[in-house]
Amino acid sequence: MLKTARRLCAWMLGFTCLLAAGGALAEEVERWKFNMTPGVTPISQNVYSLHMQIFWWCVAIGVVVFGIMFVSMFLHRKSRGVKPANFHESTLLELLWTAIPFAILIMMGIPASKTLIDLYDTEKSEVDVLITGYQWSWKYEILGEDVSFFSKLTTPTDQIEGHASKGVNYLLEVDEPLVLPVNKKIRFLVTANDVIHSWWVPAFAVKRDAIPGFINDAWAVITEPGIYRGQCAELCGKDHGFMPVVVEAKSEADYQAWLAEKKAAAAAIAELTEKPFTFDELYAKGEEVYSRSCAACHLAGGQGVPGVFPALKDSPVALGDINHHIDVVVNGVAGTAMQAFGEQLSEVDIAAVVTYERTAWDNNMGDLAQPIDIYNHKQGK
Amino acid sequence: MAHGPAKGLTRWLYTTNHKDIGSMYLWFSFAMFFLGGIFALVIRAELFQPGLQIVEPNFFNQMTTMHGLVMVFGAVMPAFVGLANWMVPLMIGAPDMALPRMNNWSFWILPFAFAMLSSTLFMTGGAPNFGWTFYAPLSTTYAPPSVTFFIFAIHIMGASSIMGAINIIATILNMRAPGMTLMKMPMFVWTWLITAFLLIAVMPVLAGAVTMMLMDIHFGTSFFDAAGGGDPVLFQHVFWFFGHPEVYIMILPAFGIVSAIIPTFARKPLFGYSSMVYATAAIAILSFVVWAHHMFTVGMPIAGELFFMWATMLISVPTGVKIFNWVATMFKGSMTFETPMLFSIAFVILFTIGGFSGVMLAIAPADFQYHDTYFVVAHFHYVLVPGAIFSITAGVYYWLPKWSGRMYNETMGKVHFWLAFIGLNVTFFPMHFSGLAGMPRRIPDYNMMFADWNMISSVGAVLFGAAQLVFLYNVISTILSGKKATDEVWDNPEGLEWTVPSPAPYHTFTEPPAIK
Repeated sequence: MLKTARRLCAWMLGFTCLLAAGGALAEEVERWKFNMTPGVTPISQNVYSLHMQIFWWCVAIGVVVFGIMFVSMFLHRKSRGVKPANFHESTLLELLWTAIPFAILIMMGIPASKTLIDLYDTEKSEVDVLITGYQWSWKYEILGEDVSFFSKLTTPTDQIEGHASKGVNYLLEVDEPLVLPVNKKIRFLVTANDVIHSWWVPAFAVKRDAIPGFINDAWAVITEPGIYRGQCAELCGKDHGFMPVVVEAKSEADYQAWLAEKKAAAAAIAELTEKPFTFDELYAKGEEVYSRSCAACHLAGGQGVPGVFPALKDSPVALGDINHHIDVVVNGVAGTAMQAFGEQLSEVDIAAVVTYERTAWDNNMGDLAQPIDIYNHKQGK
Repeated sequence: MAHGPAKGLTRWLYTTNHKDIGSMYLWFSFAMFFLGGIFALVIRAELFQPGLQIVEPNFFNQMTTMHGLVMVFGAVMPAFVGLANWMVPLMIGAPDMALPRMNNWSFWILPFAFAMLSSTLFMTGGAPNFGWTFYAPLSTTYAPPSVTFFIFAIHIMGASSIMGAINIIATILNMRAPGMTLMKMPMFVWTWLITAFLLIAVMPVLAGAVTMMLMDIHFGTSFFDAAGGGDPVLFQHVFWFFGHPEVYIMILPAFGIVSAIIPTFARKPLFGYSSMVYATAAIAILSFVVWAHHMFTVGMPIAGELFFMWATMLISVPTGVKIFNWVATMFKGSMTFETPMLFSIAFVILFTIGGFSGVMLAIAPADFQYHDTYFVVAHFHYVLVPGAIFSITAGVYYWLPKWSGRMYNETMGKVHFWLAFIGLNVTFFPMHFSGLAGMPRRIPDYNMMFADWNMISSVGAVLFGAAQLVFLYNVISTILSGKKATDEVWDNPEGLEWTVPSPAPYHTFTEPPAIK
């Protein structure tokens, strides 16, 4: 509440400053973001200029129409003793105010059509990225490079619930951003695993619905290195507001270095698959994986949400056959919100989380799954 | 021969009187308006500042969904049907609606539909949480169990709307007083005639969409499930084929109300009556070929994208004609500014602003930035709140003296207007900015860069809500203890409704009136 009061005071101060000094104006305008970003791609700049053109047309029409209205409201009022006129028809006027808007629309429609055709031309791309929406994270695959990873929100719960002060990139920060090279034609292939999502980066003017079973495409040539943030733009369930998009645009050399680093990291994880772990190692890691990947639905205490997300505490799956438990995590449950985590998590992570779920919250099964078990399960053994 | 209403509760249960049924529709809609308003205030309270303070994200989604459904199907549509029930027979000189028993039925199934819809809030898994547009598969495979009740409620609402529409068409086409040709009908009757045809055309499409959902959920079909060979985008096409005409269903009768009020208070006949009729018909026809402008980002082929962009831009032409005609009606009139006129003028100005953002949204490449942001939320609230809600409010103030025989309190009416006008703009204007700055819609929490706009919106929402309490009080105190109204009520208004006594007797026009 105190914060709120402070914010309200800040406004008043802000307005006072506006009146007092012109210098403060620029700063305030900066803080009160109110317009579309021109962005960093040729398309986004075209889109921005279309947006401003149509906006100024609207302002112009508004000034004329509202101007006549206000003049008439001021002059033609009974309290000034005016007698009403009786005209009520004019074919000429009707034709005129059909034709003029029509002409304006054609003037707007032609450049808009050009930009649209340009926006749809995804051919001759140099880098292809497959983007898959999940409830509630994004998976990125650089096609032809064998690099594939998930990108998830990292804003801590403490900040969301107001126990800690919020960072600058509150809700717009992820563990692993998508890295792309500048000045290359990048094609985004967009799809989804469960419900419809929408991948949106305002700075690229790229917004494409991610639809399960279908692949949409879009493209961008990023002209400036930088970090660009966006969000999922289609309601996709509970955590729709918590699956940001972060793209880091780098020089070609830095991009290549990132690719190499990614591949090395993937190889290291693959190696771990063969290594046996102790129960304590798995349990500790499982707790961390659980809070990252499972707690959004099944909740931190494993109690779930009755009627929507089943409880894991005392659940027949966690207390039953471990192979079935692994199967549920790896392949999901068809026709429900339980997704297949086989691709989202590494073998180590799945082994850890299964181990954790079977013992946490007084489930007390005490057994464990090794990464190699998960690997074998995936291979159908 | 003349007899009054029956006594007691059964009067309302069994009534076939268009005035009784009209009043019930209006009160029902008023109740739903407050219910939907409470949902909206929960949303605005959560969005007052960044962070999750009041509700869980899942409940937040239930609120956005229920707010939309209740306002669209519970507040706006029944209010227009209520006004049609009261006013269409009075305006065309008919003794009642053509199908009075069906009229009773079409009202009385509504409370059950909304009782069922509201009861989902208390079910395991909660109320529908997939938005009022209920896109599959979020609303099928991933929906809470209550979705089945939601589907049934939608079916009942659809049946009610279709019956209401049939009744209105039958009344207008068959029961006009001798001499009242089609081109002599008041604009409100015209707009409702066209609206009723839209309703009959699209409510079955909505019924089809929810039935396919039902089949997908319970009977193993895969209309909207890609894994079974279906297509989630098919749902959106079917939904918006209903949905776009639906938004005109919520605005065309508003055009009619405003076209009745502005001439009265400008003391000058409506400018361009026939072009108004043609423009309304043009808007209605175009409304069937623009639906996919709600779906510019789903990945339609370029040809589809271009077609829907141009067709959508075209709609602004007949809409513009209407606006220009209202302005021309006011021009060189002799205006006074009673409450109905204030709401009507605000309608013209604010609806035009909503139209401007509509034209912006029609520009498909720009829509890639606007789509599913608060800019869209600002746009449709600017067309629906000043469009539908303000025109209904204007209509209530305009005709309440005829219905109740008593005059409302003008000062209180003006207070209501200014509070609502300021509240509305403070709530919805900043949403243009937060949307352009990049805030997606339907999110319970947001980055600090959107914080200031959201706080202003929330303050405005409280103001707007408070204004409606003034309205409620004014209506009740008018009915109970307002000053006696004259038969004409206003200064020489046009229309048959002003030729009957105030309050309008239980039965009017048992003998058809003479039309000049």
